[in-house]
Amino acid sequence: MSLIKAATGLYNWIERRLGIGGPSIDAATHPIPRSSASWMYVFGSAATVLLVLQVVTGILLALTYTPSAGDAWQSLQLLNHEVPLGWLLRAIHGWGSDFMIAIVLIHMVQVFMFGAYKYPRELTWILGVFLLLMTLGMAFTGQVLRFDQDAYWGLGIGASITSRMPFIGGPMVHVLLGGPIIAAQTLSRFFALHVFVIPGLLIAFAGLHILMVLRLGVNEWPMPGRLVSKATYDAEYAELTHKDGVPFLPDAAWKDAVFSAFILLAVLACALVFGPFGPGGQPDPTIIETAPRPDFAFLWLYAVLAYLPPELETPFLFTAPVLAIGAMLALPLIAPTGEKHWSRRPIAVLMVTVIAVALGTFTKLGTYTPWSPIMSAWSAQATPAQYLNGRSPLERQGAIVLQNKQCRNCHALGGVGGQRGPALDSIATRMTEDQMIRQVVQGGGNMPAYGKALSADETHALVAFLKTLRGPDNGAPATDASRSLTQVEQPASPAENH
Amino acid sequence: MTTPHEPTGAPVSVEPKGSAPDPSRRAFLFKLSVALNGVVGAVLAVPVIGYLLGPALKRDDQYKSWVPLGGVNDFPEGETRLVDFVNPVKTSSDGMTAKVSAWVRRIQGDKFQVFAINCAHLGCPVRWFPQSRLFMCPCHGGAYYEDGSRASGPPERGLFEYQYEVQNGKLLIHAGQMPTLSNEACDKKPRPLTQIEPAAAADERTEA
Repeated sequence: MSLIKAATGLYNWIERRLGIGGPSIDAATHPIPRSSASWMYVFGSAATVLLVLQVVTGILLALTYTPSAGDAWQSLQLLNHEVPLGWLLRAIHGWGSDFMIAIVLIHMVQVFMFGAYKYPRELTWILGVFLLLMTLGMAFTGQVLRFDQDAYWGLGIGASITSRMPFIGGPMVHVLLGGPIIAAQTLSRFFALHVFVIPGLLIAFAGLHILMVLRLGVNEWPMPGRLVSKATYDAEYAELTHKDGVPFLPDAAWKDAVFSAFILLAVLACALVFGPFGPGGQPDPTIIETAPRPDFAFLWLYAVLAYLPPELETPFLFTAPVLAIGAMLALPLIAPTGEKHWSRRPIAVLMVTVIAVALGTFTKLGTYTPWSPIMSAWSAQATPAQYLNGRSPLERQGAIVLQNKQCRNCHALGGVGGQRGPALDSIATRMTEDQMIRQVVQGGGNMPAYGKALSADETHALVAFLKTLRGPDNGAPATDASRSLTQVEQPASPAENH
Repeated sequence: MTTPHEPTGAPVSVEPKGSAPDPSRRAFLFKLSVALNGVVGAVLAVPVIGYLLGPALKRDDQYKSWVPLGGVNDFPEGETRLVDFVNPVKTSSDGMTAKVSAWVRRIQGDKFQVFAINCAHLGCPVRWFPQSRLFMCPCHGGAYYEDGSRASGPPERGLFEYQYEVQNGKLLIHAGQMPTLSNEACDKKPRPLTQIEPAAAADERTEA
């Protein structure tokens, strides 16, 4: 009994001087609409918990990590293999990052679909947009700190994009890299960003974001037809919370807590099962046998950069982000009132669907990069045996030319090889001999010209081999429609025109 | 706690009654202290911004110097070879990142072409394939002919080329910074790109 009395006394002594206990209890038990104590409202708190996890694991990693270009990769090896449980801390930090991006995006979609960005929560949304950008900024700078080949060449991509800025591109590259090349100063810059600048802003913005949620109240569950009007909303919300409200703690808080615990366990499970991310090969710029690839969160961007036509690339890189971020920031200012319910906002539903499908498709493409030549296909993948059976010596010589001249780095045979150009399994049903010779010698349509790299005999043999590739069902060879028209005595049969 | 609907207008005066010295004097002193801090802030901003932008204030040629790549006869005529060199601007903590690679093509005699390793698209390392006489980029599939001109893919121009010199049988290049579209490898003023270079046709390229 006296122990409880002593504890209460200590609390009262501190509370008399510090005075944050009472306001904290008031904030935790603030009334929210009964409908908002829902499993749909747990993502914001889960993102906050993940932020705390990232800060704690990040500090722990900093105990071992060496932010020096010459030593960073070695210190990651030390973490992975020497420091007890270092691998697990790296894995939790890495998976925590992926989970944080996912939860922040889900939180954003939920807020958008529920119209929670409308009056009076416009500024909460705007700060949330910055929180999303900073979360992605943490993911990118974190990928740089995992100082391996992907990080090194990823910085090269960043420098190359920066250099496309009009007028100030050149100096800006040097500001980004901290010098003329990707080296020690570059890593130190990104270390400062990842450890001091962005986390400081992120914690400050997240604090303001949560403060505004407390001040303005948790969004009510939208009802079709219940429109937001600046004149009446405050009174309506006060009635919802005070007549029919429930205290956030405990009525809603237990769901937040259960979901956060579930997410933390999921991060831990992924970390235990899949382990830490890399590091990949050491960041030696003279090892050029590498195919750099960004982390999962940026694969969609990698795909977009591959598919943009060259003449659109620079304009796109400097207008699309401005427009996209501008649109997200302007959203609550353009549509602060009106319908909140998703069933009455078809364009909002369509936008989320289209953006999700587009990001998903580009991410999927980014996982297997069909636009990249497969650098080893010419020497590592044999010509399928069935394509050599019954071929003449000349045709087989052509198959050797096709292998030796790296054609398969971009063209697949039997489903194996690059996908940069079309697969060649049935090329003879689509192109005539003349067309094939022209395409090989002169190139075009995104294919280099091989006129200098092939002798006339090699071209002759190559095309002889290509003419035998007519697909699994041995389709009809392609014909030149105009040639048959010139043969007036033999009118072209309709089938040949296809 | 403030309510969402605060009265707007002039701030309420909270001066203690009684011994009130001239309020305009204190207001003036406060304004003066704000101005003083503004001046101090501006003065402090000069070194801060100068420090941050330091790397941008150097001219390109301050980063560059002549780097020897080896004897001329280390490079067989008609072949393209990979070379490594240490960047002339380096610090003690750069480690392996101070190294740079380049492709040296010896055309004939003292005629060379030295290409940057970085693709003109987004800077990934291009690889030389002597069989098909092409440079290929692993990132987004850019391809270049043996003379560095653009063959296909997303790059908007040919490979970056270093300036070279042959002195006493040694090959030297003028290098020192990562080449990009704005900081080209050669010392010529970068011309503003107004048009995408068309893929060079086979017969337009320089003879090997």
